[in-house]
Amino acid sequence: MYIIIVGGGRLGYYLTRALLDEGHEVLVIEKDAGYSQTINSEFGSVSLHGDGCEVATLEAAGTGRADIFITVTGDDEDNLVACQLARHKFNVPRTIARVRNPQHEKVFKKLGIDATVSTTNLILEHIKHELPSHPLMHLLDIQEKGLEVVEVTIPPGSTSVGRQVKELPLPVDSILSLIIRKERKPTVPTNSTVIQAQDQIIAVIRPETEEDLRSALMGD
Amino acid sequence: MRVIIMGCGRVGAQLATLLDKDGHQVTVLDNKSYSFRWLPADFKGTALLGHGLDEVSLKKAGIEKADIFIAVTQGDNRNIMACQIAKHIFNVPKVICRIYDPLRRDLYITLGLEALSPTTIFAQMLKEKVVD
Repeated sequence: MYIIIVGGGRLGYYLTRALLDEGHEVLVIEKDAGYSQTINSEFGSVSLHGDGCEVATLEAAGTGRADIFITVTGDDEDNLVACQLARHKFNVPRTIARVRNPQHEKVFKKLGIDATVSTTNLILEHIKHELPSHPLMHLLDIQEKGLEVVEVTIPPGSTSVGRQVKELPLPVDSILSLIIRKERKPTVPTNSTVIQAQDQIIAVIRPETEEDLRSALMGD
Repeated sequence: MRVIIMGCGRVGAQLATLLDKDGHQVTVLDNKSYSFRWLPADFKGTALLGHGLDEVSLKKAGIEKADIFIAVTQGDNRNIMACQIAKHIFNVPKVICRIYDPLRRDLYITLGLEALSPTTIFAQMLKEKVVD
């Protein structure tokens, strides 16, 4: 696939490396001549020095034949405009934008960006995961289906400990898809699986039922 | 009318002054308080320190009840994003966007934004002077 990345900072650099390793054709558009040169000397001629919000630059980059367009600059407004140009002027089928301000995610959605990644939210989630009392951790948003994948670690003393899955008041449409126990292989829970303390449970739920899931597994 | 102007540079401040003199209720939003020096001493509107892409600042500026939103900061992309927020999130009835880059302006006009390019307008005016 031909993938264009706008922004050759640290995130752009590592993304380029990962996508090249997977065998994709990658082009990084970077405003700063120095950063652009670093990428070129490291990975071969894969960086174009220019402004990813300028039509001329996007034309030079061959945006019209790109399969995916990803913006990872540090400015939300630049990421938005570059994605909108790619989508509406060059008909790129898939646009993905980094969002710094978590409030902007819904704006980007509404304005037709296919996928957003809020780096601030991701970091927050990971830090919360390291705190002893984290109830629920987001692993993945399945945005187009309105679902999310979450992880819950069952603290000792939770109401669900010692009970079978079928006895739990789980929210409608939620699926407990995996249980990970210490020193055992992950298993797919059945209706008769008994929950134990310290179980790590991976569940697929609708975002609005997060609180119901939490109270079904841990009590109030 | 209730007007919000984002960006208190030369243009923003002058527009605010003119509309204020005409009796409109004007709020000027800028993320640097130093910019408000452009406003005259007898300006009766509101000068609000805040970021035009931030929902909290926009609400403070009264965007939910605004009749017109105008973005005239130095950044084309910032103006574009703020205007799209005003139009599509807050449903402000009239939104006007300054976009220096004529090509970017053309695209956003096709996307339904009311946008002006000072570059094109001023070049045209200069050309007419030359041709005279």
